[in-house]
Order: sequence, then C-alpha cells, then structure tokens
Amino acid sequence: MRVHPAALFGFDDLLTDEEREIRQVVRQLCDRELRPNVARWFEESHIPARELARQFGSIGVLGMHLDGYGCAGLGAVAYGLACLEMEAADSGLRSLVSVQGSLAMYAIRAFGSEDQKQQWLPGMAAGEHIGCFGLTEPDFGSDPAGMRTTAKRDGADWVLDGTKMWITNGSVADIAVVWARTDDGVRGFLVPAGTRGYSTRDIGHKFSLRASVTSELILDGVRLPAEAMLPEARGLSGPLRCLDEARFGIVFGAMGAALDCLETTIAYAGEREVFAKPLSAYQLTQEKLADMALELGKGLLLALHLGRRKEAGTLVSEQVSAGKLNNVREALDIARKCRTILGASGITLEYPVIRHAANLESVLTYEGTSEIHTLVLGRALTGIPAFR
Amino acid sequence: MNIVVLVKQVPDSGAERNLRTDDNTVDRGSASNVINEMDEYAIEEALRIQEAHGGEVTILTMGPSGAAESIRKALSMGPDKAVHVVDDALHGSCALATSKVLAAALGTLNADLVLCGAESTDGRVQVLPHMLAERLGVAALTGARKLTIDGSALTIERQTDEGYEVVTAQTPAVVSVWDTINEPRYPSFKGIMAAKKKPVQALSLGDLGVAPSEVGLDGASSAVVEHSKRPPRSGGQKVTDEGEGGVKLVEFLATEKFV
Repeated sequence: MRVHPAALFGFDDLLTDEEREIRQVVRQLCDRELRPNVARWFEESHIPARELARQFGSIGVLGMHLDGYGCAGLGAVAYGLACLEMEAADSGLRSLVSVQGSLAMYAIRAFGSEDQKQQWLPGMAAGEHIGCFGLTEPDFGSDPAGMRTTAKRDGADWVLDGTKMWITNGSVADIAVVWARTDDGVRGFLVPAGTRGYSTRDIGHKFSLRASVTSELILDGVRLPAEAMLPEARGLSGPLRCLDEARFGIVFGAMGAALDCLETTIAYAGEREVFAKPLSAYQLTQEKLADMALELGKGLLLALHLGRRKEAGTLVSEQVSAGKLNNVREALDIARKCRTILGASGITLEYPVIRHAANLESVLTYEGTSEIHTLVLGRALTGIPAFR
Repeated sequence: MNIVVLVKQVPDSGAERNLRTDDNTVDRGSASNVINEMDEYAIEEALRIQEAHGGEVTILTMGPSGAAESIRKALSMGPDKAVHVVDDALHGSCALATSKVLAAALGTLNADLVLCGAESTDGRVQVLPHMLAERLGVAALTGARKLTIDGSALTIERQTDEGYEVVTAQTPAVVSVWDTINEPRYPSFKGIMAAKKKPVQALSLGDLGVAPSEVGLDGASSAVVEHSKRPPRSGGQKVTDEGEGGVKLVEFLATEKFV
C-alpha cells in the first residue's frame, strides 16, 4: 500500500468539491489529449497551438479566473489547480494557458475599454483567438523600465517601433498586448496579427519549453488607431500586475511538474530491480523520495495558502514572490533528484522527468528571475532595495 | 424530444475493485466511484439530439446517496435535471428488480427516448435495456453504434461481431449505446458551476409504489453466494522453438480463442 505524496499532507481535504471536479476535468483532458503526444511535441519542438487552444477553451480553462465576457469567473485556487494539472503534463503547455489567461486576457479585462473587452475576450476564452504579451525586450528583462519600444502620436494615431523578445505564443497569436514608452509613460496597446509593420520570428534551438512557441515581435512603424491603446493602464504598474497574475499560476504549476516527476519516479523505483530487490527498497532511495515528498507537500500547502489569500483579497506581491521562488526552485531540485533515481532512463523522453527538468530551467528565470524574487524578499525583510 | 438517460455509478474499472466479504455485493465504500463509462456516451448522444431537435434531457440514476456525486458530474456535461432513486432497501438489487424500479421511475417522466449504456462495467450483464423496454411496453434498440432520428422514427446501427444491423422503431423506445457511437465532451467549468443549481429530485421506493420486499438482496432473483480473489498470475508457458514454434503459437491462440 502506497500513499500518494499529496495525500501525506491531506491536501485534497483542503479543496472544495467544485475545485476537485475542475481539477478532474483538466486532468482528464491532459491524460487523453496531451500526455500521449507531449513527448513528441517536445522532441519536434512543435505544438498544434490552435487545436490546443480550442480544446482548452472548450472546457473553459482560458481566463477561467476572470469574470464575464465568456469567462467562467472561478476562484484563484481552482485556477491554480488547473495550472498544476497542465504543468504536470508540460510547463510549455501551461505557459500557453498562463500567457493567454493571466497576461493577455487579464490585461484586456483589467485595463481595456468596453469595446476591447467585447471584441477580444469571448473569442480568447473559447480559444478561437490566441493572445501574447509583449513586455520583455532583448536588453530589458528584469528591468522593464528601460524598454526601448516607443509609441509616438501621429495625429490621432499611434506609431509603434521596437522589438520584444522571448514572447510565448508570439507567432501564433491573433492579438498581441504590447507595452511601449510614450510621452505619458508606459502604455499598453492591442496589436492584431497582420497589422502592417508588425511581424514575428520564432526563437529556435531551445533546449527547454520545446512544447511552446517562443517568438520575437518586431514593430516597425506599426500604425494603430487611438482606440488600440488600453485606456486604464498607466505606467509599469499595469504590466507588473499582469505578471503577478501569471506568477501566481506558476506557484501551483511548478508543483505539478514536480508531482509528475515524483509519481513517475516512485513507480519506476518500485519496479526497477537492483541487486535483486526494488530500487525503492534501498534507504538511499527512500531518503530521496521522503525529502522530495516533503518539499512537494510544503510547496503545495504554500500554493494553496496563497490561493486562499488571493481569494480573500489579502495576497500581496511579496507573497507571490516567496511562492514563485520557493516552488520553482524546489520543483527543479525534485526533477533533478528524480532523474538520478531513473538513472539512464531518466535522460530519455520515454519518461517525463528530463523534459520537466529542462522546462523548469526556463520557469526558474521567467516571470521574474529567482534573483529578482530573492531581492524582493530581501527588500521586504530589510526595507532596503538592493536591485541596483 | 423528451430524453431520459440512465446513469449508473460504478467503481472505477481502472482501479482495484472488490466485492464485500459480508454480502458479496460490490464494495462501493473503498472504491473510487465514477459514472459508468458507457453511460457517458449515452449522455453525449442525448445532448447531441437535444442540440439538433430541442427538448429536455433528464438523468435517471438508481443508487446509494453517494451516487449524487456522479449525478452532478453527469449534469455538468449539460443535461437539464436529474431524478435519483435512493432507498436503503435497494441495496443488492438484481437486474430484474432494478428494471422494475427504473420502469416505475420512468413512468413519472414521460420519456420519448430512454438512452443508456449497453452495459455497466461492474455487472456487465447487458440485459437491463431489454428488461426495461419489456416492462415499459416499448421497443428496445440495443447496442447502437449510430442513432439517427427522423420525427418519431428511430434508426440504429446495431454493432455485432461481424458488422452491424440496421434496426428501426418508433418512439417511445429504449436505446442502448456502445462507445463507438460518439466521443463524449468534457464537462466545461461553466457546466460544473451550473450543475450545482440544476434540480435533482429524490424518489424513494414508497414514492414509486414498489414494495421493499420486491427489491434488494432479499428480493433478488439472482445473487452472488460466494467469491474469491483471482489467483495470482502464474509464470506463463514457454514455447521453445524447435522448428514448429509457429504452429505451437497458433495452437495456443486458437485454444484460447484469440484467433
């Protein structure tokens, strides 16, 4: 009789029936549609993004935590659990959902005009339209205030120039939320695919997040009407709020990748015989498994705690940083440790472990690097910012 | 069209299942209980008919109070309402008694079409749709891999080992379906939330006018009297190829009725 790592902590007892049902639907979709294919997608570095978006949209996972405009309006924990299940399949597939729901859709929902919301959100919720979020630039990741992309007034129009880098969903997006410097500070713009002067280029030769589209956005004199601007976002606080949303999903998501590694490894170690007994019967293996289960359980409970705070409206940015820093770091550590138990098998795509480990290398530095989140905590603890 | 879909809660066939040691009935307490897989196809078919022809879809379940979870899951796929026949006296009912209770419940529902899975993964007797149709005095179109509706005319392709048969009937009728008929949808998140507000009517044996003595273990026409665990897998049989390995393999497959 084996106890599931999450059951060690009685995790499921802390969820509502509705949250468990939602998790079950996402898990079922992942088991049937994603898991049989994801290793191949990863190997080929190609995903059927449109088809996936429609499937995700059909159950309602895209923008599920937003209200109205075709979105389900669910709580933060339900959203977190969906991220967890998606990332247990693959971080890249979870990234598609995060960027769509928590970056692109959230930006439109929070900062868009009524027309913009009605034009884009229902289609994005259904997965008919894919969105991306252009903040990071080639030379400005952790320091978005330095961005070089500009939006200049020309009569009533705006003209955008610049380059955005490492943009998830970039080349498959129908609509890009692009942040640019104006005389009035940083403002957000909706750039539909096909707009003259707007183009994308995929970033190849990735060894991580291969089941995810990563692109460069090129804005070369892109002319947009006045109503393309997101009216309610002024300054960097707009995009930073979006990033807090996406980071919250990662706090749960990373534990999904870790859980998938640990489940795989426990099963493997129970079957794999070494010196005529299962690998899992050795004390060194058990110590690894116990240590990993501890970190997994702590990470799950932390994620859930942050989720409940978010639902209560008491979650603050430093707490999201604490969750993201801890859970991604520990998930990566778990993935690497699982790899050692799988031995040589652990480096093949026959098992998900090396894929998760490779993916988590990206998750560690995107949506705020570990270093930045560490400094956020440092600032909170000392009152002294040490970023620069 | 007024459609009733029969939904049974069963122990997950993908997990370990047991019979109870005290009365040899299915052990639901220790099992992970789910909607009988084939019933999901019946729900999907009902929803597609509703989308094309309008009408109402009602879930009908007979089972213990824990079956409410499966009813809610069924409703989250899209049906309008549910009826749950729940009564402690039903525990251990045989197929004959089940068909009696369900027929009584259907008597209150005025269905044009009763859809159900062709079998349940726990009992696997496949007789219920026939019994039910007989009790209701309506046609039984069983084992469908395809169902088409033209007014009150129903046509199915009945799946057989050799191919299929085309069978027709008029409504009202009972139609049982195999998993070849469609691909069930996933419940949507909105569906999950909406399901909580959909009406679920609970009916007891008293409500249906069925005497407790006619159902349950005591009223069962058949019952499991003894059971034992399947013996552990043996080492298998090794065929050494001494020039006639192929023949031996074919003989083995033929004996075991694989070919």
